[in-house]
Amino acid sequence: MRNLPPLTPMALIGLAGVAAFIVLAAFAPWLAPHPVSEVVGGVWDVPSADALLGTDNIGRDLFSRLVWGARVTFTIAALATAIAFLIGVSLGFYAAVRRGWVDQVLSRLNDLMMAIPTLIFALVVLAVLPKNMVVLVLVMATLEATRVFRVSRAIAADLVGLDYVEVARLRGESWRWIMVREILPNALSPLLAELGLRFAFAILFLSTLSFLGLGVQPPIADWGSLVKENKDGLLFGVFAALIPGAAIAVLVICVNLVVDWMLQKTTSLKGARRNG
Amino acid sequence: MPGSPTLSNILQPTRRQFLQNAGLMTTALSAGGVLLPGSANAQAAAPTKGGHLILGLDTASSSDRLDPAFYTEAYMYTVGFQLFNTVLELGPDGKLFGALAESWEAATPDASKWVFKLKKGIQFHNGKELVAQDVVYSLNHHRGENSNSGGKGQLLAVTDIKATDTHEVTVTLSAGNADFPAALVDYHMGIGPDGSDFDKGVGTGAFILEDFQPGVRALTKRNPNYWASDRAHVDSVETIAMSDATARMAALLSGQVHVINRVEPRTLDRLSSRPGIQILRSQENTMFCFPMRVDAAPYDNVDLRLALKYAIDREELQKSLLVGTGAIGNDNPIASWNPYFAKDIPLRAYDADKAAFHFKKAGSPGGIQLSVSDNGFPGSVDAAQLFQASAAKSGITIDVERVPSDGYWDEVWLKKPFVASNWSVRPTADAMLSLIFQSDAPWNETAWRDPAFDKLLADARVELDETKRKQIYHDLQVKLVDEGGELIPLFVDNLAAASDKVGGYVPVPGGGDLSGYRLAERAWLNA
Amino acid sequence: MGGPPLADGIDTDIRAISPLPVQKAGGGSVWLLLVKRLLLGLLLLWAVSLVIFAGTQILPGDVATSMLGQQATPEAVASIRKELGLEQPAPVRYVKWLGAAIGGDFGRSYSNRQDIAKSIAPRLKNTLLLAAMAAVIAVPLAILLGILSVLYNGTWIDRTIGLVTLSAISLPEFFAGYLLIAYFSVAHFWLPSSATVSDAMPIGQRLVVMLLPCLTLVLAVLGHMMRMTRAALLNVMASPYIETALLKGLPWWRIVWKHALPNALSPIVNVVALNLAYLIVGVVVVEVIFVYPGMGQYLVDHVAKRDVPVVQAAGLVFAAVYILLNILADMVSVLTNPRLRHSR
Repeated sequence: MRNLPPLTPMALIGLAGVAAFIVLAAFAPWLAPHPVSEVVGGVWDVPSADALLGTDNIGRDLFSRLVWGARVTFTIAALATAIAFLIGVSLGFYAAVRRGWVDQVLSRLNDLMMAIPTLIFALVVLAVLPKNMVVLVLVMATLEATRVFRVSRAIAADLVGLDYVEVARLRGESWRWIMVREILPNALSPLLAELGLRFAFAILFLSTLSFLGLGVQPPIADWGSLVKENKDGLLFGVFAALIPGAAIAVLVICVNLVVDWMLQKTTSLKGARRNG
Repeated sequence: MPGSPTLSNILQPTRRQFLQNAGLMTTALSAGGVLLPGSANAQAAAPTKGGHLILGLDTASSSDRLDPAFYTEAYMYTVGFQLFNTVLELGPDGKLFGALAESWEAATPDASKWVFKLKKGIQFHNGKELVAQDVVYSLNHHRGENSNSGGKGQLLAVTDIKATDTHEVTVTLSAGNADFPAALVDYHMGIGPDGSDFDKGVGTGAFILEDFQPGVRALTKRNPNYWASDRAHVDSVETIAMSDATARMAALLSGQVHVINRVEPRTLDRLSSRPGIQILRSQENTMFCFPMRVDAAPYDNVDLRLALKYAIDREELQKSLLVGTGAIGNDNPIASWNPYFAKDIPLRAYDADKAAFHFKKAGSPGGIQLSVSDNGFPGSVDAAQLFQASAAKSGITIDVERVPSDGYWDEVWLKKPFVASNWSVRPTADAMLSLIFQSDAPWNETAWRDPAFDKLLADARVELDETKRKQIYHDLQVKLVDEGGELIPLFVDNLAAASDKVGGYVPVPGGGDLSGYRLAERAWLNA
Repeated sequence: MGGPPLADGIDTDIRAISPLPVQKAGGGSVWLLLVKRLLLGLLLLWAVSLVIFAGTQILPGDVATSMLGQQATPEAVASIRKELGLEQPAPVRYVKWLGAAIGGDFGRSYSNRQDIAKSIAPRLKNTLLLAAMAAVIAVPLAILLGILSVLYNGTWIDRTIGLVTLSAISLPEFFAGYLLIAYFSVAHFWLPSSATVSDAMPIGQRLVVMLLPCLTLVLAVLGHMMRMTRAALLNVMASPYIETALLKGLPWWRIVWKHALPNALSPIVNVVALNLAYLIVGVVVVEVIFVYPGMGQYLVDHVAKRDVPVVQAAGLVFAAVYILLNILADMVSVLTNPRLRHSR
């Protein structure tokens, strides 16, 4: 955090995009001109003053649905990512700091989890469990946590070898203290970049699950559901059908731009590690 | 069947057989002859022979089996009817006609014993000739304790099936039922050779199995020895599994398939305005309803039920949910194409004043809670909200409770007093009424328990006098419309679409989508 | 889903990518190392089989009850359970199942009683074929674009390639698929929208039919591989020996090709393996959109019916493919990177 690289135009675009998304999500009730499921016109009407982006497959205002959908998408993706980081980072750091058999057990268990393909795991689990938000968030978080664990363990393992951590250890500090005071502040920057990537992944993954009918269930709709609802329109050249898909793409691009910018700093560190 | 097993009907096959025997000549005269009711020739255009017909259909699964006992959805019905025939078929006129049977009749006056005479000279795909024992074997396939067949319910009343001659099958029932023959048109009742494995797909059908990959496709080629000379026009049929609606439409629009099923009403306009596309409509095949449990307050008050029936704006619902397709329901579970449909019952239009009047008469009770999820019927949540708004104009407060789709049928339906539900329309009045209004029916969703109603229903079942039977069904419908707990605002069409090269489509009311799932043998491809 | 590949990390390092623990081999011959990796992979696969079996045992919903539906009397349930061998204790069933699975026998599907191995074979073949076709296009293209953007680092070529590939990964896969259909099939009738391949189909027609799903997959994996190639190359380019080569006056392209690429191969191979794995295990969406008869749809259909043997078999096959590809990637990177052979 402390030493982010200077802003580039691309980074600025990315930051602006992400900020806009968060504003949409946060202020949905004030920004959306219509209630989320109110029918305001015909099927796939062209944009008008009342429906800024036109109407959707059953005549609801697409702009309002997009705004509300941003909130759903953001909430689920952010929650899943946050939980994944909570689990992944704490276990990853713990493994790195404790080393020895603790590390071995945790790492091998993680290898095991990662050998089960993500989408397949989600499909099987979500198909049989009740379809609600809690299950959805937990499944997404579990899958992400394995990736977070691997990255945070690698980062922490590098830091653990450094002198000041060694000193702290010799001083007799508890592993908890070392994790929070020594490792975390120094790992923050690469972790932040990873957070961005995971978040972008969560958005795409959620939209895929919703598209397959296993994600967010109607009447609530995330952006993936909006694509699903309007996809028939794509074949008839309907404008509305393009917007939700494009919105997902733009958001993911923006998150990636931000991540790219943050990584300009951290790649050198990684490079050193890899070659060392 | 809608009115068929009456005298005139039982006579019909004989007349038909006469035509068929004389048919060699007739065939030459009228390109196929008028052999089977509703066969392609009923239409103006003459069928073209040959070609490869491709169907892109929803509802296939890689766990599908060829055994008719396990069919559950449109895809396998359509594949199954290419391979197997049933003893009787449902015609486009809503009446039964003999397919493998040349005639059938009730052997006892109470209609508890039925005799089916089979046509002679019909061959299975493996060359074996069809005899009575094959039918006995195939029907028994669905019976017995260990049967998991989807057709089991249709044959529960059967106590015995016997081959009484080489081409005669006698079925004995535990109680009389004039509508029993209708059970044999069910999708599960395909006939295979005695002792055979149904998963091999050997039947008497218009097409012979070439390749079947569950959940992917089925390929069949024309049966050169098919017994119905005026059907099976194309050389081969490919039935492709397409579970994604957009993929189906894209395949039709890009000319990769000739026919698709399950077209969304909302895309209908855009689809039909494309050049070269025709819409295949099967009218009023599903009903959408809001059942009220008449044993629970406040729905136990007939005036409250009437108030709610007047307070729903059916036209608005039709416009918003079905985009103008389908038909308005009149709280009558019998569809308008059914011969027993009571035409004289006036349509109950939205009437805020009458609703308010009956509501007051019922004592203006509160606590009307409508529990819905989109599992009840597609769009039921929206429908409930529209209902709420129109009822509010008469001072009726409906509290719309949204419940999870998960477990809707286990935990909400039949449990909460006022919910959303839907039914595929059954081909006979008896099947429809006994399914949901008989006192002891497991799916009696309105808790309609009326001994007099049950008695009339049972009487109609054994009543062979057509006029009397019609009167009974009429009275039952009036009773339900005026007093019943079933609020039926809409009947829905099954919508399919096809390239305009496809000829020969005839809707079969009550038989399901795509010409009663027999489009493959009815259709031809114009050059 | 342009998902998983992106997910597993544009930047982050190999350790985040390979499901196998990254090399810590202490000397020894290459072959010994490879055998070790292989054994480790087998061990992992065995552990996965255990997880899959245990997982399918705790799936909510009883097979027998869901098979019988409304006719689920206690007697019928008991008879089905007996027929399926469910009354035996789980460990016994596990050993039997694993033993048979090793011999290539996955048993019969509960729902349609077909031999699972026989049903899976053609679908696995289809899945592998589509993955191979996509890989043949995507891998060289990605590496080429990666090299190009390093050669022209910082110029508009680099930026364009970067932006285009970034957009490609950011586009949800299903959306990209429909866009391709809308343009190539519906608007112009150029390419077929559905890819129901069958063995009877001539190879030429088959390739044409597979083109759109293949393109969709290429879009999904291209960006990730290209970005990794670029990052790895740039990383190596920053090292002292490249600077020496530069000072010696060698041409840029020669340095990249002869010196940088071999040393950057290990992360590239890893990301390629990861994406290949994704092409095989992550294509459910493409299968749905393009009606392609692969493994994913097969699994999804059977999960819905609680068809445990099929879920187990498909899960095991997927995991095996995934692990195998990662072992392969490891081997390739070991063989091409001397530093990894004799590591720290």
